[in-house]
Amino acid sequence: MTILFDGIAYGMLLFILAVGLSVTMGLMNFINLAHGAFAMVGGYLTVVLMQRFEVPFLVCLPLAFVGTALLGAVLERTLYRPMYRKPHLDQVLFSIGLAFMAVASVDYFVGSQQQIMQLPEWLKGRTELGTETPWELGMGHYRLFIIAVCAALTLGLQYVLSATRFGSRLRASVDDPRVAAGMGIHVNVVFAMTFAVGSGLAGLGGALGAEVLGLDPTFPLKFMVYFLIVVAVGGTSSITGPLLAALLLGVADVAGKYYVPKLGAFIVYSLMLAILMWRPQGLFVRKGGK
Amino acid sequence: MTADTVVLQTYGLVKRFGGITATDHVNLTITQGARHALIGPNGAGKTTLINLITGVLPQSEGRITLEGVDITDIAPHQRVHRGLVRTFQINQLFSGMTPLETLTMVVSQHRGLGAKWWQALGQNKSVVERCGQLLEQFRLTDVMHQRTEQMPYGKRRLLEMAIALACEPRVLLLDEPVAGVPAGEREELLHTVSALPADVSVVLIEHDMDLVFEFAKRITVLVNGAVLTEGTPAEIAQDPQVKAVYLGHGEGAHV
Amino acid sequence: MQDALLKTSRIKWWEPVVWLLALLAPWLFPHHALIINEIAIVALFAVSLDLVLGYSGIVSLGHASFLGFGAYTAALFAKWIHPDPLIGLVVGTASACVLGALCSATILRGSDLTRLMVTLGMALILFELANKFDGLTGGSDGLQGVVMGPVLGRFEFDLMGQVSASYSIAVLLVLFFLARRIVHSPFGATLMAVRDNRLRAMAIGVPVSARLAVVYTIAAGVAGAAGALMAQTTGFASLDVFALERSADVMLILVIGGVGWLYGGVIGAVVFKLMHDVISSITPQYWTFWMGLFLVVLVMVGRERLFKPWTWMRRT
Repeated sequence: MTILFDGIAYGMLLFILAVGLSVTMGLMNFINLAHGAFAMVGGYLTVVLMQRFEVPFLVCLPLAFVGTALLGAVLERTLYRPMYRKPHLDQVLFSIGLAFMAVASVDYFVGSQQQIMQLPEWLKGRTELGTETPWELGMGHYRLFIIAVCAALTLGLQYVLSATRFGSRLRASVDDPRVAAGMGIHVNVVFAMTFAVGSGLAGLGGALGAEVLGLDPTFPLKFMVYFLIVVAVGGTSSITGPLLAALLLGVADVAGKYYVPKLGAFIVYSLMLAILMWRPQGLFVRKGGK
Repeated sequence: MTADTVVLQTYGLVKRFGGITATDHVNLTITQGARHALIGPNGAGKTTLINLITGVLPQSEGRITLEGVDITDIAPHQRVHRGLVRTFQINQLFSGMTPLETLTMVVSQHRGLGAKWWQALGQNKSVVERCGQLLEQFRLTDVMHQRTEQMPYGKRRLLEMAIALACEPRVLLLDEPVAGVPAGEREELLHTVSALPADVSVVLIEHDMDLVFEFAKRITVLVNGAVLTEGTPAEIAQDPQVKAVYLGHGEGAHV
Repeated sequence: MQDALLKTSRIKWWEPVVWLLALLAPWLFPHHALIINEIAIVALFAVSLDLVLGYSGIVSLGHASFLGFGAYTAALFAKWIHPDPLIGLVVGTASACVLGALCSATILRGSDLTRLMVTLGMALILFELANKFDGLTGGSDGLQGVVMGPVLGRFEFDLMGQVSASYSIAVLLVLFFLARRIVHSPFGATLMAVRDNRLRAMAIGVPVSARLAVVYTIAAGVAGAAGALMAQTTGFASLDVFALERSADVMLILVIGGVGWLYGGVIGAVVFKLMHDVISSITPQYWTFWMGLFLVVLVMVGRERLFKPWTWMRRT
C-alpha cells in the first residue's frame, strides 16, 4: 500500500511537471524538449531563495511558479514563437540546444553537486497506518503534502479549462487555431499565457520535487524521458489523459523499482514501448481528438 | 443500354466518423471508358468517397470491386498497381524533387523497378523516354529541372496530373483537377483530360458545371454522403431535385 | 535528359581525391591516427543516420541502439568465438540488421513524437539490458579485454592506431559507396518520395511500410558496423554507447554537415570531432553550452542559410 501511495505521489508530481508540456504540444504542436529545464529552474530558484535569502519553503513555492512562468513568457515571445512553423526535427534540435545551454549554465554557476532541500519541520516525518497488516500504509508527510498540492492544482486546472472563458478559448485554440483566430480569439495571447503557465507549473513541480527526485544540473535530461512518456501515452488533447498516464507511470516505476530492483527502469520503458506500439496516438486520447 | 464492362463498383459503401455518416450506402458503377462526373454541394462527401475507394480511409461497411476483383481489403498501394489511380484536390507533390526526377521515379516504381537499389535512377532508357513523353504531354519540359516547390501553381497542377498518368491508370479518379488554376492554364489541363485514351475510365469530381457538362457522359449527384440521383447530363440538368439542391443556381453556374 | 538524371549520381572529380587523402591520412599524420579513427567511425554512424533521417524522414533519437548492439556483439564475438576483425565486423553488422528489422515495426506508425519516444525507448531498454546482464557485458565497467587478430591475417593492430584508422576508413569507404548507390537508385528516389509526401508515395504505388522497414534495417546494419569498428579498434565496449548523448551527438553532426547529403555525415564528423577536441580542452561544461547555443542559432537562422556553400553541393 505504501508503494501505491508513493507511486501516486510520484505520479502526481510527474503530472504537474508534464502537463505544461502536454498542453504545449497539443496547442502549438511544438515538441519542447527543454521543458525539463524549466522544472530545474524552479527547483534551483527555490533552493537559492531558501539558502541565500532564508525565504520559508511555502513562500518559495508560489515564487518558483511565478518566476518560472515569467521566464517562460519571455522565452516564448522571443525564442519559441518563430519556431512554431518549423518542422519537428528543427524543434527537437532547438529545444535540446536550449536544454544543453541551461544544463551547462547551471553547472557552471552553481556547480554540479546535488542540491539539498531543507524541508520545514512540519513536513518531515511519517504517519503509519495499519502496521503489521497487509494494508500497511506508511505516509511520508511530505509526499502527502505533494499529493494534496498537486490534487488541488489539478482540480484548479480542470476548473479553469472547463468553466472559465480562458479555458474555452484555450480549448478552441487547441481544436483548431485558425478557426479560433477567425472567431476573434487572440491565439498568440492564449499561446503565451499557456506556455507561461505550463512552464510555471514545471517550475513549481521542480521545486516540489527536489526533495523526492533530487536536483542537479542533469535533471532536465534525466527526467525528460519521463515527461515525454506522460505526454506520448496520455495524449495531448486533454489533461485527464496525461494525469492517468502520469499516475500509471509513477506507480509502475515505484513498484518496479521495489519489486524487481535489478530491472529498474526497464519495466517502465518496455511498458511505454508496448503501449505506443498498440496505440500510437496515446492511451487516453479523446475519440476524434488529435 | 449496352452491357458495358463494369470496371469499378461500390456496394453499399458506408463511412462513419463518430456520430457522423460521411458516406451513406453509396452504390457507384463505372463502366469501361466512362467519363463519369461526381458532383454535389460542399461537404457532400465526394473526396471521402474517393478516399474510401482508393483505400486511404477504411470503410465502415460495404465492398468495392475493381475489374471484377474485390479490392475492399487490399492496401492502397496495391490498388494503384491494379490500375486505380487518383489525383488530389490540393497538390500532393514531392517538394524537394524536380518534375524530371519525380516522373522518372514514378515510372520506375510503376514498372516494378522501385526496389532496385544498385542501378542509378536515370539508367533505364525506356523509363527516361516515357518520362520525356509525359513531360512533353503536360508541357512541363521547360520546368523539368526546377524543384517542385519553386514551380508556379499551374505547372504544379499539371505535374499533379502527370504523376497520375505516369502510373498508367485504367481507372482514374480526378479530384477537382482545375481547382485554383488560373483561367489561361485551364485549357491546357482540360485538353489533357479530354485527350485521355478511350480505354481509361475517368471519374471526375468537379464544381465547375461548364466543365462537367462538357466532359461527362454520366453524372452522379452526391448529397450528404448519399447518392441523390444518377443519369446522363441531360437528365441531371432537368432534374428538379438537383436544381433544388443547388438552390436555384441552375445549370452552368459555378457553385 | 538522361544525362541530367545521371549527372547527380556520377562520381565527381574531387571524390577520389578526398578518399585517397583519407586513406593516406593515418600514414601522413601518424600522431593523429587515433582521432582519425574516431572520426571515421563517427562519420559512418552519421551516414547511417542520414539514410533514415535525411533520405527517409524518420526522426530517430535512438539510433545509438544499433551502434551499441553492433559494438557489443562484435566485442563478444571477438572475445569468445574468433578474434578475426572482418568476421567480427560482419557479425556486428548482421546482428544490428536483425535488430533493425525487428524494430522497424515500431517506427512505421504514429506521429513524429511517437517515433521519437519509441526510438528513444529502444535505446534506453538496451542500455538497461546491457546493464543488467553484466555477467555478459561487464555492466557499467564495460566489456574489456577485447583482443583482435590481425586484419586480413596480415595487419596487426598497432599501438599507434594507424592500422585501426586505415581499417576504419576502408570500411567507411566501402559502406559509403554502398549507401551512395542506394540513394541514387530508384529505391532511393522512392524513399525521398516517402519523406516528402508519404500520402502521395502511397498513391503512386510505393509500399511505404515495406520500404521504410528495409531502409531502417540497412541503416541499422551500417550503424552496427560503426559500432563493431568502435569495439574492435578500442578493444572495449561500454554502456555509454547506448546513451542519449550518442544519439543526440550524431544528429547534431548530421545537421552540421547537412542532412540528406551523404557527405554531410562525413564533414559533420570531421568538424564536430575537431571542435570537440579543441573546446572541451578548455572546460567540459563549455562544450555542452556552446553546442546548445550552436543548435539554437542554427535552427533559428535556418539550416539552409547558415551553410550556404554546402547547399550548392548538397544535391549529390
